[in-house]
Amino acid sequence: MLTAILTGFSFSVLLIFLGRFVKGKFSLLPSLLPLGLFIYFAQFIGEISQGKTIVRNYEWIPSFGVNLSFTLDGLSLLFSLMITGIGFLVFAYTSAYLKTHKFLDRFYGYLSAFMAAMLGLVLSDNVISLFVFWELTSISSFFLIGFNNTNEASRKSALTALGITGIGGLLLLAGAIVLGSISGTYSIAEMMQDPSVITGSEYYILAVALIFGAAFTKSAQFPFHFWLPGAMKAPTPVSTYLHSATMVKAGIYLLLRLTPVLGGEAFWNTSLIIVGGITMLYSAVHTIFRTDLKGILAYSTISALGILVFLIGLGTEASLLAAAVFILVHALYKATLFLITGAIDLGTKTRDVTQLRGLRRVMLPVAIAGVLAALSNAGIPSSIGFIGKDLIYEGTLHFENSVVLLTALALITNVFISYAGYVAGIKPFFGKLPEEFKETKYPDFFIWFPPVLLASLGILFGLFPGLIEGALIKPIVSSLNLPTEEIHLKFWHGFTPILALSALTIGSGVAMYFLLKPSKKLENFINSLEVISPKNILEQFNNVFERFSSLWTNTFQNGYLRNYVSTIIVFLVALVSWVLLQNTTYKIDYASFSKLTIYEGIVVGIMFFAIIFTVFTKSRLAAVAAMGVMGYSICLLFVFYSAPDLAMTQFAIDTLTVILFVLVLYRLPKYLSLSDYKNRIRDGILSIAFGGLISILALEVLAQPVNEEISEFYAKNSYIEAHGKNVVNVILVDFRGADTMVEISVLAIAAIGVFGLLKLRLKSTERGQR
Amino acid sequence: MKTIILRTASNYLLPILLLFSIFILLRGHYLPGGGFVGGLIASIAFVLHAFANGLKDTKKLLKFHPGYLMPAGLALSFLSGLLPVVGFDEPFMTGLWLHHPLPVIGSIGTALFFDIGVYLVVQGVTLTIIFTISESA
Repeated sequence: MLTAILTGFSFSVLLIFLGRFVKGKFSLLPSLLPLGLFIYFAQFIGEISQGKTIVRNYEWIPSFGVNLSFTLDGLSLLFSLMITGIGFLVFAYTSAYLKTHKFLDRFYGYLSAFMAAMLGLVLSDNVISLFVFWELTSISSFFLIGFNNTNEASRKSALTALGITGIGGLLLLAGAIVLGSISGTYSIAEMMQDPSVITGSEYYILAVALIFGAAFTKSAQFPFHFWLPGAMKAPTPVSTYLHSATMVKAGIYLLLRLTPVLGGEAFWNTSLIIVGGITMLYSAVHTIFRTDLKGILAYSTISALGILVFLIGLGTEASLLAAAVFILVHALYKATLFLITGAIDLGTKTRDVTQLRGLRRVMLPVAIAGVLAALSNAGIPSSIGFIGKDLIYEGTLHFENSVVLLTALALITNVFISYAGYVAGIKPFFGKLPEEFKETKYPDFFIWFPPVLLASLGILFGLFPGLIEGALIKPIVSSLNLPTEEIHLKFWHGFTPILALSALTIGSGVAMYFLLKPSKKLENFINSLEVISPKNILEQFNNVFERFSSLWTNTFQNGYLRNYVSTIIVFLVALVSWVLLQNTTYKIDYASFSKLTIYEGIVVGIMFFAIIFTVFTKSRLAAVAAMGVMGYSICLLFVFYSAPDLAMTQFAIDTLTVILFVLVLYRLPKYLSLSDYKNRIRDGILSIAFGGLISILALEVLAQPVNEEISEFYAKNSYIEAHGKNVVNVILVDFRGADTMVEISVLAIAAIGVFGLLKLRLKSTERGQR
Repeated sequence: MKTIILRTASNYLLPILLLFSIFILLRGHYLPGGGFVGGLIASIAFVLHAFANGLKDTKKLLKFHPGYLMPAGLALSFLSGLLPVVGFDEPFMTGLWLHHPLPVIGSIGTALFFDIGVYLVVQGVTLTIIFTISESA
């Protein structure tokens, strides 16, 4: 299973080198990857439907309880199949949609990395590795959303999405750590064995709040929903993939996955019902104010996510079953609607629903897919949407209290959603074909086939719900620790109140479709209310923050090296001396000092003269040379006190420092003006204070009792365990080798920084063009 | 600073200093020395050569930009840490050693390759910084 996840990442890396092969003739080739993965996961359907759970465990950081353990149960199977299945169609669709794009290879790279991250997310049993994959989806989706990186709006919405989902990721990490420290394990399966440890803990509310933060940001719940409509700037295949089956469903997945662990408490249920309820109603109403097809779909997606959160919040068996079914329903019809939007956009170059009409004459298969998806979306009998909608009403009707309110909420939302579906799936294809669209090219096979396939699946599953009942739906319910015997997905329930509600939904939706036309006027109206939207409030906050940062930066990062140095020194002196004054008793043990030998005295004398010379000379080069003398004298002191390693290194470093200084200073003009006496006195006081502080520190450290344990350990073990007699070097390359690894990386980064600053700056001619 | 004495001397000093740096690198395991100092000495050797003969000559001698030493060294260090994970199912950066030390070089282990990586990175970093600054000064 690890291999299955890694293939996506390695394919993405491979494309860096083999990218040119997937452009042009072989652009269909990458689709084999999700197809292969789909087949791989599909072969588990049999085992899973018999109630088995497939577990693969790979040790990662066992000392922290962080392992790559992957669990394939009903819930993760459904998600894996959606990720790879819809992924396959999106890959194939892209090969036609972005056929001539010069960065098609990059696109496939981002897409397959995203797919792999998403698979890792839904398969992880360990909350820490789940967090890692969660962040990977945020990062890879950043590249996907900002794919049109020459467009400012697209870059901006990619940043917004990354910011919002990134914050959620951090909350998830915090939540995972809280969960881990309450229950003593990071494995969800182990947490599920005894959820009362967590639900009874005093930190339960904190853990749940953090998990909510993660799920609500990722799944675009109010008030974090606004990144999702912004993300519509991405190419349509991306919107299809992210917003139907993957990215935004990750939050839903997390909530469902943790329901057996955290669910069943009042805080969990009420918060989810309230947030889900607000989201679904708010964004369902929003759909009527949009004229961009993708905008309409974006808001109806948010609304659908709200419904899912709402259903998870209800938390009854019926409502969780409804959620499980609705995930599949929504993925099927929403992916279709996005794909046909792409087809329309590609053919007519517009997504403005007020202009689109009669397109069935030029793209019949797309029109068929649109109608079928709209039917499923509206919950017309014979579609899987009908079953989904039935289950939703069953969920609300069988809740303990506020049945009427909850059902009304679901009803209104469903009406608006079905209206949105009609507008997106039916309206563009009917009516009279305008003159300007007569010449629209007939879409490619890979443009019209994926939506038709998805839409037909929606109808097929609707007519024969037995196809998915045992294979997909029951295992999900059982993976939530609920009984499955009662579940029978049926196409026809007989005449029940639920049927009446369904009929009411469909009827009102149709009525709305005929009464209400999407128009610019409505859109302008809602745009005028933008000022009070969460998005705007966040932007205002960003602006304030930005102003504050630039003020801060301009004060401290003023470009004068001397100011930097003095700021750092003043800060350090103030901080350390404050601590020293507070709680240090001074004791200097004069008896422990060794006698000053003649050669030490001579070296100290040399140092003294070098300092005086450095301070008072009028030539830069002479000052640098004197500094070099200082450095060498210190090396000599190291030699006297038997630290040959340090002396050697210091010696080499000093040599190179002098060379560097000479290189930089050699071409500079002579001192033009020396700083005046006031500045010099100030600087002098500062340096004396700093030097004095360091001396006091050094003396105090000497006076402290030395902990011999550590040095003894190294002295004892360096030859036995690391085969080396030079303890200093053994520590560097063996005992603390990871530190050294990071240090040389930092060195390399510094060198790249210098190189970049000096070599890659714009030439004066280039600067004019910016 | 193109004096003929320094130029002639630097031609002989370069190989000697490089050899010395490798000597320092290898003896690091038992006696004072190691990759860091070794790398610094090697860079001083090249800087000296550049002072005497001009940067162009040194670059010609090197054939490639010293910046490439950084990724090479980082990769070597990282791989030497990774070897126990991949080959022997031990944690990252476990020291592995050959049983019999080789003549001249001494005992061979992953730590040695790690140190060679440090040696290369330090050299790459120092030379990149000094060459870049002296070119644009």
